[in-house]
Amino acid sequence: MTVQSRETSLFGDREVALVDLLDRLLAGGVVLTGDLTISLAGVDLVRVSLRALITSITPAEPTVPLAVPAERVESERVESERVESERVESGRVRDG
Amino acid sequence: MITYLYAVGRDLSEIPDVGSGGVGGGALRLVGEAGLQAIVSDVEREAFEDLDEHREDLAWLATVARAHHGVVEAAGREHAIAPLALATVYLDDDRVRAVLREGHEAFTAVLDRITDRDEWGVKAFMRPSSASGSGSGPERPTSGAAYLRARRTALREGDAAVTEAERVADEIDAALADLAVAARRHAPQDRSLTGRSERMVLNGAYLVDRSAADDLRALVGRLAEDRRLDLELTGPWVPYSFAGGAT
Repeated sequence: MTVQSRETSLFGDREVALVDLLDRLLAGGVVLTGDLTISLAGVDLVRVSLRALITSITPAEPTVPLAVPAERVESERVESERVESERVESGRVRDG
Repeated sequence: MITYLYAVGRDLSEIPDVGSGGVGGGALRLVGEAGLQAIVSDVEREAFEDLDEHREDLAWLATVARAHHGVVEAAGREHAIAPLALATVYLDDDRVRAVLREGHEAFTAVLDRITDRDEWGVKAFMRPSSASGSGSGPERPTSGAAYLRARRTALREGDAAVTEAERVADEIDAALADLAVAARRHAPQDRSLTGRSERMVLNGAYLVDRSAADDLRALVGRLAEDRRLDLELTGPWVPYSFAGGAT
């Protein structure tokens, strides 16, 4: 069987994937109107991570696990057409 | 300084024990009103004043999200709490008290819904394609036209495989939703975020009675056995996805 299970609730759970956490924190929780009007709802994580990738010369938090792993991008084949457009943004050129 | 609101409970008497404090390292406090307690800490006003600057800043989002989650997790271990959306801030504690008064009914409803229940996440990924492997295909294309024909076929098969995977994902979601008290689907995460090359076709959240946690694990195991999709189970989470008013 191929279930991967990750406990989130154990003590010291730094292992929670940031993307799973942001799914919940940006689209969940009790939504109240705070005094400083702030809306993080609808933040596009893909755009955020791309921007982080492009602008991170000196990342404030070096272990943010959202960056695109380059090898992964290279190993995609099945859907190369659609992937192509994503790849352009990370400045990579495929061999074909 | 302004007041950052993490979560609201109704049987909190102690400040959650988080070594690193709250967002920005601030000391946690409880603010009580109308039978509810809010977990808060002071944060720098400047850091939250112009959030447009921050909303696309991953390092900032990550830092605030981790700190927020640390507090919510610590408090949620022992108590039912309604977590707030990220970055909910008030000018002072009096404003928080007013919110607890005005939102009493809504908070009570959320707390009723999530008491003795946990959120679990189940993600499903397409399995690495074996049928349309590129290396050992039938014959190598001999011309540009043949290549394009083969490409088109491969793409069409790819689309069909995605459609089928999404259908299986719907089945899995329905089976999990049957066991759950409530279910919700988040948008599938992009490959650039998961770091996996396989497409995610389900990013579900399920609110499950604590007494049914083992049943959920068993069900996920059974659903994974047919090997049509790879499943990933996360949890238990404090029920973030089920604390919104309109869920």
